[in-house]
Amino acid sequence: MPFKRYVEVGRIALVNYGKDYGKLVVIVDVIDQNRALVDAPDMVRGQMNFKRLTLTDIKIDIKRVPNKKTLIAALEAADVKNKWESSSWGRKLIVQKKRASLNDFDRFKIMLAKIKKAGVVRQELAKLKKETTC
Amino acid sequence: MSYKFHQFQVVGRGLPTESDEHPKIYRMKLWATNEVRAKSKFWYFLRKLKKVKKSNGQMLAINEIFEKNPTTIKNYGIWLRYQSRTGYHNMYKEYRDTTLNGGIEQMYTEMASRHRVRHHCIQVIKTATIPAKLCKRESTKQFHNSKIKFPLVFKKVRPPTRKLKTTYKASRPNLFV
Repeated sequence: MPFKRYVEVGRIALVNYGKDYGKLVVIVDVIDQNRALVDAPDMVRGQMNFKRLTLTDIKIDIKRVPNKKTLIAALEAADVKNKWESSSWGRKLIVQKKRASLNDFDRFKIMLAKIKKAGVVRQELAKLKKETTC
Repeated sequence: MSYKFHQFQVVGRGLPTESDEHPKIYRMKLWATNEVRAKSKFWYFLRKLKKVKKSNGQMLAINEIFEKNPTTIKNYGIWLRYQSRTGYHNMYKEYRDTTLNGGIEQMYTEMASRHRVRHHCIQVIKTATIPAKLCKRESTKQFHNSKIKFPLVFKKVRPPTRKLKTTYKASRPNLFV
């Protein structure tokens, strides 16, 4: 099983610990074995330990340590935001966030929707059962 | 990023006397955890170089020096003199870091781990930002590659906050990426 996700200049990573939890950042340079220089459109370029990063499949084409303007342009060109939000990992994170931010009325609406869905599924199942037994 | 060791610029001179109205002013850049320690270190070193002590000298200025470009990676070379169990030795070490304070902190922790030298037995002689061509150590030179690429081999999944940490887990962790 060879490795598919490498630490390299331009790799997009998700921060999984610390102050910038949940952010997508670009690895802009490698400091040493444990740390990378990391940049994102809304943060100051800084160092981050690899233990705080989870690599994603997305990689953009940039040179080592680009300035902020070039970085934002490259992110737009590679359409990172849409790629991420349409990937299954990105979608799952969005759903998690939505669920965490529900208020009581939303949860009530979800309960009704779930009951409705379960009712429809049960009707179809009853129809199929009838067909097989008869 | 908070560093334990801060860099200070300390300026001092001997007190003016009748024979010497304007004594020479000396300036030193050194690392200490706080200003008080920095002043003390200054007098320690100055005593060894000139005939002046804290009691017959005066501190003129002490300023903290901050990193000019903390967002670029530099290779730092540090020359140091340390006391081991059997005597004094000189050493030259190289570190890759974004700030000089970070490099110095790496040096102190590495000396403590590799040579069991505590920080009060270490004297920093000189520091310099080394261009990539002149680096001597293989461990820093291996990162001088603009197309650097390596996989993260062991990936331990951590709880995202210390609050969600548990002592016992139901299953063994999967370390593959």
